[in-house]
Amino acid sequence: MKLVVDNSEPEIAIDSIDQNLIASIQNGLPICKRPYAKIADQLELSENEVIDRISKLLDRGFIKRFGVVVRHHELGYKENAMIVWDIPDDQVQIIANKMKSYSFVTLCYRRARQLPEWRYNLYCMIHGKSRDEVMNLLNEMLDSNNWHSFEYDILFSKQRFKQRAANYILNQGMLEK
Amino acid sequence: MNQIDRNIINHMQNDFPVCESPFAKMAAQLDMDEEVLINRIQSLLDDGTLSRFGPMYNIEKLGGQYSLVAMSVPEHDLESVIEVVNSYPEVAHNYERDHSFNVWFVIAAETVTELKDILKKIEKRTGYATYDMPKLEEFYIGLKFDA
Repeated sequence: MKLVVDNSEPEIAIDSIDQNLIASIQNGLPICKRPYAKIADQLELSENEVIDRISKLLDRGFIKRFGVVVRHHELGYKENAMIVWDIPDDQVQIIANKMKSYSFVTLCYRRARQLPEWRYNLYCMIHGKSRDEVMNLLNEMLDSNNWHSFEYDILFSKQRFKQRAANYILNQGMLEK
Repeated sequence: MNQIDRNIINHMQNDFPVCESPFAKMAAQLDMDEEVLINRIQSLLDDGTLSRFGPMYNIEKLGGQYSLVAMSVPEHDLESVIEVVNSYPEVAHNYERDHSFNVWFVIAAETVTELKDILKKIEKRTGYATYDMPKLEEFYIGLKFDA
């Protein structure tokens, strides 16, 4: 038998140094040999402290992971469709896990319904070079899983009115992905 | 984008090292030279293939609230409604979609109350209902390039 010791620290809020650190790397990590040293210089901290604090923010889940943001549109993926699904709550997990296994599915979320006007609770995003391509990918997914019994709807994007990373939010003391 | 770039991007996402020389460590894993790796990443950012490389924050845990909101707005009022919605700095992304629910935006605020308050103001100023669809669960995917 394995003895499980819970030595997790009680949840404590992040301090103002963490906040400054989060704000300073919101636009991305410096791309150089010693990125954490560069951040440290800007914040007048030591490199070790920056490394230590970022590690802790990761461990404690304030930073989910390091990630890249790709410009689908610029890569030739001109069309994006948000597919919304009405999936019985007890099946969402299984269906979502299946959906995200497709390389063309770029996002997958469960969201609150807004009944009666909006019955859909699962969202996935498919990017493609044309609407036809997106429809073919969707049909491939529907056919191979026999998902035709689920109610779904397809929302192609028409126009982008505003797209900015939520940077300014951090500057206001708010913190975004 | 070539094979090397795909490998690099696939590698940058999950366990980026947090140590003095993270790119050196990553380069070793990829069997590459550190400087070559740094230059490749920089050029992927410069040519716009990647728009950002860095930490993804958990906004809920950091104390913020955000949501996806939809509106159903007739074509003749679309422009004025968009203007009202975009006038709030809390609104980040705003897309028109081909559907009766045609306006979709992401909103972020410090508290639920504040978020609901902005939505109420938008409804009052535009005369159209807002449908707040907060995220209940994220199924993490990451970026997959078939390498």
